[in-house]
Amino acid sequence: MSEARYRSLRELPGVHALAAGTAMCAGCGGLEALHEVLDVLGTRTVVINAAGCMTLLASYPFTPFHGSWLYTSMASAPAGAQGVRDALDLLRSRGRIGADDDLTAVVLSGDGSAYGMGLSATSAAIERGLDFIYLCYDNEGYGNTGQQTSAATPHGARTPTSPGPAGHAGEKKDLFDVWVAHRPRYAATVIGAEPLDLARKVQRAASLAGPRLILALAPCPTGWDYDPMHGVDIGRLAVRTGIWPLKEYVDGAVVHTHVPHPRLPVEAYLSTQGRFRHLFEPLRNDALIGEIQQRVDRYWQNVG
Amino acid sequence: MSRVLLNGNAAAAWGARLARVDYVPAFPITPQTGIIETLAAWFASGDAEGRMTTCESEHSMVTAAAAAAATGVRVFTATSSQGLLYAMEMVFAVPGWRAPFVLVNVSRALATPITLEPDHSDVLAARDSGFLQIHCASCQEVLDSVLLAYRLGEDPRVRLPVIVNQDGFHLSFTREPVDLPDAAAVDAFLPPFDAQQAGFRASRPVSQAVAVLGGSPYSYFRYQVHLAQNAALAAYDEIAADFAARFARQHPAVEAYRCDDAEIVYFLIGSLSARARLAADRLRASGLRVGVVRPRLLRPYPAAALRALLAGKRAVAVVDQNLSMGSGGILHGELGGALHGHADMPLLLSFVGGLGGREVSDGEFAAMAREAFAAARSGEVPEARLLYTAGELRELRKLQAVAGLAPGSPR
Ligand SMILES: Cc1ncc(C[n+]2csc(CCOP(=O)(O)OP(=O)(O)O)c2C)c(N)n1
Ligand code: SF4
Ligand SMILES: [Mg+2]
Repeated sequence: MSEARYRSLRELPGVHALAAGTAMCAGCGGLEALHEVLDVLGTRTVVINAAGCMTLLASYPFTPFHGSWLYTSMASAPAGAQGVRDALDLLRSRGRIGADDDLTAVVLSGDGSAYGMGLSATSAAIERGLDFIYLCYDNEGYGNTGQQTSAATPHGARTPTSPGPAGHAGEKKDLFDVWVAHRPRYAATVIGAEPLDLARKVQRAASLAGPRLILALAPCPTGWDYDPMHGVDIGRLAVRTGIWPLKEYVDGAVVHTHVPHPRLPVEAYLSTQGRFRHLFEPLRNDALIGEIQQRVDRYWQNVG
Repeated sequence: MSRVLLNGNAAAAWGARLARVDYVPAFPITPQTGIIETLAAWFASGDAEGRMTTCESEHSMVTAAAAAAATGVRVFTATSSQGLLYAMEMVFAVPGWRAPFVLVNVSRALATPITLEPDHSDVLAARDSGFLQIHCASCQEVLDSVLLAYRLGEDPRVRLPVIVNQDGFHLSFTREPVDLPDAAAVDAFLPPFDAQQAGFRASRPVSQAVAVLGGSPYSYFRYQVHLAQNAALAAYDEIAADFAARFARQHPAVEAYRCDDAEIVYFLIGSLSARARLAADRLRASGLRVGVVRPRLLRPYPAAALRALLAGKRAVAVVDQNLSMGSGGILHGELGGALHGHADMPLLLSFVGGLGGREVSDGEFAAMAREAFAAARSGEVPEARLLYTAGELRELRKLQAVAGLAPGSPR
């Protein structure tokens, strides 16, 4: 890979593409990731949004975006990107707009959309080779409606629709692998708490054309139940416990961009959040904590 | 101009071709497929310049259509029935984007039960979406209405998407002689799409379809769409007059057939109106003064034109090829709303017929007129009728017996 690559935090853009002052919660990890992604992508973007927390970023007559914005629906943001991209291509090829007026189509959605309702539209967009970047901020639940269980909710997390003593019985879907199975141009997992890793991946994605995924774990103080001041720590713990592997897929191969060593025990991460409190109080649920640890161990064994 | 034999699907495709559409997001459904296959073949052969993207659903198709229109290209798409309903979230969302495009709906009845045959339940489910609606009764009208729809939807007073509706089978698969207008004449009638201030450009960022906080700005923007629909009434009359001057074909917002001296009129939309016209002719031959009123424009609703046409008539037999379960025929209810409280208005009788391709026979048309005359004489309006004959019921009972169900079973 020969493209330019940020070498240190100091090289990251100092000019921010997204203005401050939004309706998101204090300490929103999704907003943090969006800031960092747009700082690299710049303002020559049209953000095509699916229903979720971020939908309220653009509320008439205000927008924090310096580029363009199109809200679509919960299920069809990739189709919105398809229509915009196809139209821009037609306008370009017919000389009705110049290259300087072209834009990068960026889908912005939560996990509910990306892992579930919008997955069919996403799959079709990848299969058609649509030239777009899909940014998913994964707060592991339907945040906007109160953090109910989504296809991204981790095993054992308690949510308003998984309120039992063991929390959510299902498994978090592996959206990265779902994308990789489609052979996209690029796919990466990121987290706002590791900004250099994130910026490098966005930089690489921006240098490529075709379907590209930036999947950001998005710590959510409101939905995960922690004090907003701990957001960055929790993000780092997600990486250091191995719960959120940082990796990228490009040219047919998956590469881990960070291998946590030594890996911290998962409870260092789980114990920071109210959604996992039932694993520790009133009685410690060693079986469930052990199960979660085993899953993580197994993942990293296979990474080799 | 040349005259050719075209079915409704080919006529719709010709409309799109003559409108020089840039972009066609597509998804197949019977009986619409002929439209997108024809366009795909022309794009492949170079007979038409345009791009088709096959989507994975109509929900995505309508999203892509509106997104492309909002980016500044001329967009065409088509669907039917379950497809229109699958897209319905977006059908209601995109008029607010104020990005015009044309969607041809090939009317087909809705499940359940499943059928491929036509009625208007699909397109009327989109009635309150903000799309304009033009309803066709011939293949010529399908082609011409696509051209009218682009002029109307793109008019600066309107800026809304348009549904052009044709009946599945009766139009979509029926070949009729159609005059193909010259491309140059169409170009003069329909200039290239002017995106105005719409369109996402690096030099001109735009925020589309944003949230509002509170009912006041919400109401404002919803009222704006409603007012644009109302403005489309006058715009339509101008555009249809210009069309008539150029192509010598009249497509008024409301078609009136033998109405001037009529005492009784049939009121209906779509291709069933051809049978209503024949019924009126037969009844007139026996001395009864019967006419037909057929709105082509259903959104915006041409209420004033309908009042003007129906004032002084004695009774109207409204034939609804749709059924709002628990209420009745939709056209009947809407017409009642438009006429109520105005002087000199006729009695309205409600008949529901033609669901799922069920024939409305000549005998039934005659019976509807008889009932309308009787109501006019007595001043009493009979209960709404669901057209079904004793013979049909006997046949259905046989099917139920085969299925092992008791007569009268709802299944
Ligand atoms: C078709 C449809 N169903 C339900 C909703 C209600 N809804 C709005 S946002 C949302 C949650 C979206 O979850 P996610 O994609 O994870 O985004 P987040 O809210 O977490 O930011 C839901 C269910 C909707 N907008 N549209
Ligand atoms: S609920 Fe979570 S994801 Fe949504 S705005 Fe608040 S912190 Fe961000
Ligand atoms: Mg979410």
